[in-house]
Amino acid sequence: MPPEGHSAIERAFHAALWAADFPAGLTAPDPSEVTQRFKVYRNNVQHSLTRALGARFPVIEHLVGPAFFAALARAFIAVAPPRDPVLLYWGADFAAFLEHFPPVAHLPYLPDVARLEYARGQASHAADADPVAPEALSAAQPEALRLTLHPSVTLFTSPLPTVQIWRAHQPDARRAPITSGPDHALIARRPDFSVIVEPLDAGTHAVLTALHQGEPLGPAAGHADPTPALTLLLRHGLIIATGGSE
Amino acid sequence: MTTKTLALPLAASLATALTLAGGHANAQSGAMEKCYGISLAGQNDCAAGPGTTCSGTSTVDYQGNAWTLVASGTCTEIELPAMADGTARVGSLEELDRDLPPA
Amino acid sequence: MQQLPQSTGLGFKPEHFRDIMAASHSIGFYEVHAENYMGDGGAAHAMLRALRADHALSIHGVGLSIGGAGGLDADHLARLRKLTDHYQPESFSEHLAWSSHGAAWLNDLLPLPYTDETLATICVHIDQVQEVLGRRMLLENPATYVTFASSTWSETDFLTEITRRTGCGLLLDVNNVFVSATNHRFDARAYLAAFPLEAVGEIHLAGHDCEDLPSGALLIDSHGARVADPVWALYAEVLARTGPLPTLIEWDNDVPEFATLLSEAKRAQSLLERTGKDRPYAA
Repeated sequence: MPPEGHSAIERAFHAALWAADFPAGLTAPDPSEVTQRFKVYRNNVQHSLTRALGARFPVIEHLVGPAFFAALARAFIAVAPPRDPVLLYWGADFAAFLEHFPPVAHLPYLPDVARLEYARGQASHAADADPVAPEALSAAQPEALRLTLHPSVTLFTSPLPTVQIWRAHQPDARRAPITSGPDHALIARRPDFSVIVEPLDAGTHAVLTALHQGEPLGPAAGHADPTPALTLLLRHGLIIATGGSE
Repeated sequence: MTTKTLALPLAASLATALTLAGGHANAQSGAMEKCYGISLAGQNDCAAGPGTTCSGTSTVDYQGNAWTLVASGTCTEIELPAMADGTARVGSLEELDRDLPPA
Repeated sequence: MQQLPQSTGLGFKPEHFRDIMAASHSIGFYEVHAENYMGDGGAAHAMLRALRADHALSIHGVGLSIGGAGGLDADHLARLRKLTDHYQPESFSEHLAWSSHGAAWLNDLLPLPYTDETLATICVHIDQVQEVLGRRMLLENPATYVTFASSTWSETDFLTEITRRTGCGLLLDVNNVFVSATNHRFDARAYLAAFPLEAVGEIHLAGHDCEDLPSGALLIDSHGARVADPVWALYAEVLARTGPLPTLIEWDNDVPEFATLLSEAKRAQSLLERTGKDRPYAA
């Protein structure tokens, strides 16, 4: 019996997009060709979602190759399809998926590369905010100074050499030997809209993390010399407000 | 690491940072040019990607178990340094021919 | 509310931004996919602001799933309202299709049966869109690869009845007409003869791919090539009946150099201008 009613027809069509069999109730001038025609939809859904995932995770696709990536995407889409028509936000679960996906278990750095790439995507679409003028940092009591960082800022850390691997896969990358992790980076969007992945030493990462969490400059500077952190924030226009202790 | 000695010269640190940063980044400068460059490099920071295109493109059929596939990209070129426990962590690739939960 | 100019527009691709800003072109309007501009900020919005400052704008949704059996996503509709409030586009359009089921978003425009039941559902959805957005929307005819045994309406009657019940306008995609006519072995000219052209507020033109079935061609609405000659011919015939209409060249896959899009736009523009001369629009 073909499904009847709008809901039932849609449900059957949807189910068949992910299954081997075909929905009843479809027609074509030559009815024997219905299944071939239906495959166009099945493939369009698969392909368009795969391309959307590849656009968000281009280094993952480089790392495993396009054929493997297509199969990987299929497995991911089956368990974590987009829940929102706005694909900018899709892929938050991809890193966790890779962690538990046996065929890539021998590539331990993949999940963190995915986290890095996702953070870049979010940075590129984060809210706009203008940087403060440098004078805003001339505080009477610098140790009490609190900085509000740009909404695009992520402080990234990985026990593996993830940042180096990611950099090695950029279009203009020079070949360099990879040293052991952990790797740290500041990921953010500059006022000119370019998204940066700035490698950090552990101390500067700690200072920036403390500042990002709202700690005043005094305690934040307890982790390491804050000069490199402050220089980065100023150079890239990432301080959007300042305040004294509250 | 102790805090006092490092926290004291904060004013000097700020002044140095301001000098090194060479003034604050201008919100307008070269915005679009930079952005354009990135999309040329295929990094999709400016584009939302083809994700919301309203047409379909592919008639490739991904049916079947793809896990006889070997990851064939640049991961083959990565040799990770040995881990703290001495185990080598080479991103090497042997063919994985295992059954997975159905996709 | 402003209307799109009766001239040629292009689908905006970020990689063409510099070309668009560098010189003045005779492009009448740009069209963007709504969902690509639903992030909070960044380059996407900056480019759209710059584009909007100098050009008429059409916002073309791909995410509402108007043809779905379930209710519209109220959050998504609210985001659309925010977007149209912010950019004040001359036109908002969506598709006669569904693209989500339950919570899953499928990122493709899927077909539906044309029945009294689906008609009623779609009209409720369109009423809701027009009420929330506070504007008249255009609904686009689909390109399809299968049809439904349960359909009791022709596509043209179905669209006509939707416009009658909701007051919405239509976006006539001439390539979709040609693709569907070829795929379902009907006469594109007969379809257009039955199409409610008086409701058309915009025309889409795009390229398609061709595959082979044992019984003949199956065209795929790929938006990845130049507009095909038979589609240009149908377009000219439509214009002869309607007079000039805002006309968009869509190119979403394997996006070429901007110059290629301009040459396609020029071809459409010359047909539009000839139409204007032969037969001034008198709606």
